[in-house]
Amino acid sequence: MQSALVVVIMSFIVFSGVFLVGDPVEILVSDDADQEEREMMIKSMGLDKPFLVQYGIFISKAVRGDLGDSFVFQEPALLLILDRMPATMELAVVALLIAIIFGIPLGVWAGLKPESLASKSIMTGSILGFSLPTFWVGIMMILLFAVLLGWLPSTGRGDVQIILGMPISVFSWDGFSHVLMPAVNLALFKLSMVIRLARAGTREVMHQDYIKFARAKGLKESRIILVHVLKNILIPVVTVLGLEFGGLVAFSVVTETVFAWPGMGKLLIDSIGLLDRPIIVAYLMIIVFLFVFINLVVDICYSILDPRVRLEDIKS
Amino acid sequence: MSFSDSPTLEVKDLKTYFFTKGGIARAVDGVSFSVGRGKVLGLVGESGSGKTVTGFSILGLVDEPGRIVSGEILYRGENLVSASMGRMRELRGLNISMIFQDPMMTLNPVLRIDTQMIEAIQAHEKISKDDARQRARDVLGQVGIASPDERLRAYPHQFSGGMRQRVAIAIALLNKPDLIVADEPTTALDVTIQGQILYEVQKLCSQTGTALIWITHDLSVVAGLADDICVMYAGRIVEQGSVNSVLDNPRHPYTHGLISSVPSRNRRGVPLAQIPGMAPSLLKLPKGCSFGPRCPQVTADCGIIPNISMLDKGRQLRCHNPLDALVSPKLKD
Repeated sequence: MQSALVVVIMSFIVFSGVFLVGDPVEILVSDDADQEEREMMIKSMGLDKPFLVQYGIFISKAVRGDLGDSFVFQEPALLLILDRMPATMELAVVALLIAIIFGIPLGVWAGLKPESLASKSIMTGSILGFSLPTFWVGIMMILLFAVLLGWLPSTGRGDVQIILGMPISVFSWDGFSHVLMPAVNLALFKLSMVIRLARAGTREVMHQDYIKFARAKGLKESRIILVHVLKNILIPVVTVLGLEFGGLVAFSVVTETVFAWPGMGKLLIDSIGLLDRPIIVAYLMIIVFLFVFINLVVDICYSILDPRVRLEDIKS
Repeated sequence: MSFSDSPTLEVKDLKTYFFTKGGIARAVDGVSFSVGRGKVLGLVGESGSGKTVTGFSILGLVDEPGRIVSGEILYRGENLVSASMGRMRELRGLNISMIFQDPMMTLNPVLRIDTQMIEAIQAHEKISKDDARQRARDVLGQVGIASPDERLRAYPHQFSGGMRQRVAIAIALLNKPDLIVADEPTTALDVTIQGQILYEVQKLCSQTGTALIWITHDLSVVAGLADDICVMYAGRIVEQGSVNSVLDNPRHPYTHGLISSVPSRNRRGVPLAQIPGMAPSLLKLPKGCSFGPRCPQVTADCGIIPNISMLDKGRQLRCHNPLDALVSPKLKD
């Protein structure tokens, strides 16, 4: 119910925002078109009507799943975006995995030995991950790994296989080598965040009585860390990462542009350049839906991890 | 020396210091005592007197910046101070177990009770999960938890404080240890539950021959439970002996003060006596006897730390001006 309201409000903000940005006619109509052609063009795109009427038409179509046709491609905007979605999703998932697989162990380690040199290096590195701009790191990575060393391809997406009805490239070597650099680039910020969260969580949990009690039970240190500590720090990590995954998808725009990755972000940037309103609106609407959906998934994950938020009680 | 005669645990001149930025805190400063098979030792003192640190020292669980500086902790003749980390891990939970003060904090909130019990068994012996669960269930029943089968599948937050402490006690009992260090295990519980738990623990000790160190500030608990008693003040034991002789006839002014501050039926209508002042900070201990500034009997002699004097029947005392037997109040009745 709440989510539905969020979607409706967002649709209005997005629609009016895009309406204010600029007039697509100036860009789309060729310079040598005469007044009559202009009028026809405006009429065919429905831009002659007042704002609220345009919005009404948009909403009535949107509830039927039609977010309008692209001005440029003359195809449904929704289909155009969904067509590019798997590439972006793949990039985001790989980036997320990198952030988790490297972030949690590094963070836990830094949390266990906060005074050690390695731990301090990890923390300094994570500050770089936070503060260096993504596009700059991306360009530097291309310079180093693609141009100077020639290990990895600099742009584009590799071979695509259809797996479970989705075009996925990561399972072939060619595809993997293409996705690696943009994914690392995209993951860098999240990786730093996971490291910091895991470290803070570890330091807090290690001082809890239940860790001392676990030691008093004679448990091996490995079990204490892998079960008792890890399960507790996963709660904040999953919450934040879940919410950030939406951001990862939505704002992969920069990385996709730098690495010419054929995803939704690239499409968005191109469409903004051309003031292709339906695509911009459709993109933002999809992102809103994505965020609402991810919130739901995070809540479910949360209840799996933390028994205290589960609603049902044991039957006595 | 025959095996049965030797005490389960013997602590000799234990010193555990905390090296903090503000200086060295001598949390435990030359403590000696011993507990025999099936015996209960009461370790009594105010907050900050070093009794909890003494307990953690026995299990080798003193956290940084604390460290055992010197002394011996002999478990069946084996010195635990010099034992390796691995050896200590083997002993913990199997031979020596501990019950913590705050039952709300001792169980991991995100793990089920069965997980936390079974892992304590499997850490020490090769046993199938089903057998371990069976044993966990039996012990839960033993400490008075109804329908243990169902309770095993629950999470800590589904238990009350008293139930959680029972679970913690059950975990301490799982491997039938020789020694249990119980750090104020009933302080956070209401009086009815406290009575039940005391009764059960006492029964278990006499049945299984487990030695028990009961750390508390509650003299009335010790009076009913312990065989021997050590009264700690600012990191040192000021008086020790059998529970009856010490409580009936306290010689140290501090012990006397503690006993007088327990409400009693015999002194109806009389304002409750209290010890003036506060327990000193371990970083700024007074010179000489640390109890001096609060002591009604203080003299010039007390500028020097008193030595331990041996009295009859194994009683020990650390005081220059011990009290006469006659001024002592009675705790019992």
